Amino acid sequence: MSENILVITEHLQGHVLDITYIMLAGARQLAEQTGSKVIAVLLGYKAQSLTKNFNADKIHSYDRPSLENFSPDAYLRVIEAEINEEQPRAVIFGHTTIGMDVASGLSARLNLPLVSQVQHFNGSNFVSQICGGKIMAEGALPAPTALVTMVPGGYKLEDGQGPTPFVLEKQAPSLEGMRVRLSHYIEPDVSDVDITKESVLVAVGRGLQSEGDLELVERLASGLNGEVSASRPLVDKGWLPTSRLVGKSGVAVKPKLYLALGISGAPEHVEALTGSDLIIAINTDPDAPIFNIAQYGVVMDMYEMIEALSNTLEGQAHVA
Amino acid sequence: MNIIVPIKMVPDLVEELSIDPGGAALDTAWMRLILNEFDDHAIEQAILLKERLGGQVTVIAPDAPDVDDALFTAAAKGADRLVKLTGETESLNSHAIAHAIVPIIKTEIPDLILTGVQAHDDLDGQVGPLLAESLSMPYVGYVSGVKIENKMATVIKEYPGGLLAEFMVELPAVLGIQASDEPPRYVAFTKVRQAMQTASIEELDIGELYLSGGVTVSRMFQPIVGERAEMIEGQAEEIAIRLVEIMQEHGVL
Repeated sequence: MSENILVITEHLQGHVLDITYIMLAGARQLAEQTGSKVIAVLLGYKAQSLTKNFNADKIHSYDRPSLENFSPDAYLRVIEAEINEEQPRAVIFGHTTIGMDVASGLSARLNLPLVSQVQHFNGSNFVSQICGGKIMAEGALPAPTALVTMVPGGYKLEDGQGPTPFVLEKQAPSLEGMRVRLSHYIEPDVSDVDITKESVLVAVGRGLQSEGDLELVERLASGLNGEVSASRPLVDKGWLPTSRLVGKSGVAVKPKLYLALGISGAPEHVEALTGSDLIIAINTDPDAPIFNIAQYGVVMDMYEMIEALSNTLEGQAHVA
Repeated sequence: MNIIVPIKMVPDLVEELSIDPGGAALDTAWMRLILNEFDDHAIEQAILLKERLGGQVTVIAPDAPDVDDALFTAAAKGADRLVKLTGETESLNSHAIAHAIVPIIKTEIPDLILTGVQAHDDLDGQVGPLLAESLSMPYVGYVSGVKIENKMATVIKEYPGGLLAEFMVELPAVLGIQASDEPPRYVAFTKVRQAMQTASIEELDIGELYLSGGVTVSRMFQPIVGERAEMIEGQAEEIAIRLVEIMQEHGVL
């Protein structure tokens, strides 16, 4: 048994994902409680250069060709061996498309408790963000070893960064007989506008009643010299292409203005727009979490506001 | 294809959520429940595969208010068998749901288990990967496309930044569905009512509550907000004028 904290770092196509630094920051806070060490675990191939600014006491590196790309089966096997060897106090995964594929499986395989959607630690308590960001749930981190999946929002990236720690090469267990294999990546479509480069985004969410109503949103966007972006539900309905998706599986944006219409502000969406200079939100629900990150808010039906804004903008253009 | 789809009901986030007097759980008295939206996509994906390849779709859900409607709606869309887990289901967490479903799955010998990649109230992990491990099956989550050929599933998995990856997965397998190939179909209420008359829901008692692997919450609270948005009130036209001013002040216009 040790009190050490393992962080299962995440990277994709040669880039460290932001959640890695957030997890390292959280792990550091937890480790300081107990005077223990943060160990960053890296699975990859020729990937050691990725670790150069990890705020960790050491790196455990599993480096081999079959780990070049993420595969749930292979990660399960390697991390299982790492946990058995280290017997840590906690193992932190991203609450992400990578971490969520393995954390629950390891919980079942090793019979270890798992806390998901953890946003930050309060002493040795976890604080999870559930119900689309509307509720926080706090409790004691289960002992002796807790598995954790972490969401962004509780720590700054900088706090997870530091000078290059010592790298320990570790031998991966046999990775024969994997039942999941990557065929290839499919790169995002670049023929559409690149919403990461737009200075004004008019974003629509679940509040949009029909596909035809997109015309109204486009009219407003053009009045603001901006483009239309969307949260997940509209992309799933096929009303807007994935290239317009802001959020966890879409893109992160940093416009001068993000006008959020009928968007509740689920954490998966919000994490991708915190780089915006000005966020204005319109929603009928006064408790919508989007108002927690917007500078200005209006509680009103989005349709009424779209019409009023479009008219105001067109009226001004006419006068000018 | 024999496909099993575990689903569950979750609090409707459009409604106001409140904490019960104990301070460590949601107040369920006035809470409205809806089908977890990712589970809705899992049902759709299962029906799409059945339409392409033939087979049977079984939908399993823990008992909860309005769950019968969700199950009959699945039947109206094309699900063949409906199972409701009964007993002490109110406090079921992901570990307990997986534990309760494993015996049913073992008798069904499915080719594929499709379930929503997550639910917003999951506090102890996701049912899909927990099931996969208990059944020694492979798991892939964040799936937004499934094709089946020669005992293999070809799945599209989502990564950040709009990147996708195609994976080959040996069957039987569990997939965590983010989005179905096509948006979940709409069924008219008359078809649901028809299903209520023709389909039946099998009830299965879960027996003793499984307590391993869960998480104990000592306090629940609404997030403390540092600086909330400045709310602008008035008639739509006045607000619009003010918003345009704000945009100009920030150099947007």
